[in-house]
Amino acid sequence: MPTTYLEFEKSFVELDKRLETLRQITIHSEEEQTECDALEAQCRQQEADLYSALSPWQRVQLSRHTDRPYTLDYIEQLCSEFVELHGDRVFGDDPAIVGGLARFRGRPVVVVGHQRGRTTAEKVRRNFGMPRPEGYRKALRLFHMAERFRRPVLAFIDTQGAYPGIDAEERGQAEAIARNIREMSRLRTPIIVVVIGEGGSGGALALGVGDRVLMQENACYSVITPEGCAAILYGERTPERVAWAADALKVTATDLLALQVIDAIIPEPPGGAHRHPEETFPLVGEAIAQQLDALLQLSTDELLAQRYTKFRRMGEAVIVAPTEDPRAEIASA
Amino acid sequence: MAAREWRRVQEESENIWVKCSGCQEILFRKDAERRLFVCPKCNTHMRLTVDQRLLMIVDRGSFVERDAVLSSADALGFRDRKPYTARLAEARGKTGRAEAVVCGVATILDQPVALGIFDFAFLGGSMGSVVGEKLTRVVEHAIDAQLPVVFFAASGGARMQEGVLSLMQMAKVSMALGRLREVGLPYLCVMTDPTTGGVAASLGMLGDIHIAEPQALIGFAGPRVIEQTIREKLPPGFQRAEFLVEHGMVDLVVERKDLRRTLGQVLSLLRDSVQ
Ligand SMILES: [Zn+2]
Repeated sequence: MPTTYLEFEKSFVELDKRLETLRQITIHSEEEQTECDALEAQCRQQEADLYSALSPWQRVQLSRHTDRPYTLDYIEQLCSEFVELHGDRVFGDDPAIVGGLARFRGRPVVVVGHQRGRTTAEKVRRNFGMPRPEGYRKALRLFHMAERFRRPVLAFIDTQGAYPGIDAEERGQAEAIARNIREMSRLRTPIIVVVIGEGGSGGALALGVGDRVLMQENACYSVITPEGCAAILYGERTPERVAWAADALKVTATDLLALQVIDAIIPEPPGGAHRHPEETFPLVGEAIAQQLDALLQLSTDELLAQRYTKFRRMGEAVIVAPTEDPRAEIASA
Repeated sequence: MAAREWRRVQEESENIWVKCSGCQEILFRKDAERRLFVCPKCNTHMRLTVDQRLLMIVDRGSFVERDAVLSSADALGFRDRKPYTARLAEARGKTGRAEAVVCGVATILDQPVALGIFDFAFLGGSMGSVVGEKLTRVVEHAIDAQLPVVFFAASGGARMQEGVLSLMQMAKVSMALGRLREVGLPYLCVMTDPTTGGVAASLGMLGDIHIAEPQALIGFAGPRVIEQTIREKLPPGFQRAEFLVEHGMVDLVVERKDLRRTLGQVLSLLRDSVQ
């Protein structure tokens, strides 16, 4: 049962409570069993109706839901023998990014991802999943290790963005992000990126350059938060403006697939990953396994050439090469 | 012909006075030009147009522009107070350029280079798909023609109106610069005021050598966003060029009058064949 309900999920509060009570009864009477089945069916139907027709802003809110599985949950459920590694060997260890060695379906891999917290103390410790430069530099260290030992990289994206603070700027936030992007783009080992929550701007992209970029149905990915966009363009963060920005920025998985920024959408169970994490893990695991099998067929040179082409083509649709000088049009106007 | 007419219109509308963006001192345009738009009172390095930058950096007549006509379409159908298409048209009218970066090849003190110069007057120098494409193409040309790359950054970051596609330009350009690096060609980045957001966090900070103009604002997060996050006033000089040198992110702060000579010197030290 979820711990928090978003505004548009309120219709589930009573339903979930009643179901939970019924489920706790070990031996059902025939009557109770019938009620339980009926409620279960009603719940599933309601989920199918509600979650298939969400607005972009509602999806952004879902992508931030604290009941959604986080990076460490995926690592725990999809991998075995996880050994978490710490520190960038320069300054410190950033708990907003986790990573290490693990085995995915028997194969040794390097896993890296943004990590948010659930409890208040944990949220603060992990800085709400907003990394500082040492987090990106730890990730880079692990990427290079993956390359040296020929391990594929699994990267999980889940951040509102890189931390905008004095210390982060002093230690070169921009440099840390830029370097990660460049190094990932040329890393000589397969990289699979999964956007599991919020993909927030450069702070997300710094773990997000890969051979395959997958995105969960209720995840989002954007150049700026809808709140930030509304504030810049309209000077206000009213619910209407923020909802408008979420729509205008095209941040949902469906949008990103249409823009050819991601390779595939990983479906979530009706009701979403936050309501049914146990049904979510195998879907993500299967999607990663499929892509990994395909990537392992390629030589390293093929891999890098395809990765280059993939990102090289981004934004192609926006580029117009007119036969006439566009400045002529300015002059005649 | 049409383009020439447009330039005349621009010249007529230009004021004979220039106001310093730092101390508000009023200067004669002719004097300001002679001083390379550096304020004699407070040393503010005012923002330049691409033409002014070319004039003071490259050898006369050596610049050949590439991909001048590439321009943006509105992939997202983005419309806030104004449609994105109208904002683009306005920026084109204001700058006489099709997009926010001008790329090409030139020589600097006889050193051939591939160049990219941001135009801050064009939608804040924001990097959309065309800016990313032009920069990537000029880096790819540099790889083919064995040229060093010099970029002059002046940008607030990614272009919001192109959404996540503009974010991906950071990857596109960085990837090309990664290849340039692998083939052993130098890349120099000159950060001018301002170099922030997605431009700082990609091509800005990927140079073999980082040069900044005095007092230029350089950083990832904008000062206002930081102040809102930490709920504190920022210390004076924070995120300015000199601060970045102090923190090891920039090699040199170079006065505008010395910039051409410094670039020529660095290029020859990196590129001259050993006798
Ligand atoms: Zn002044």
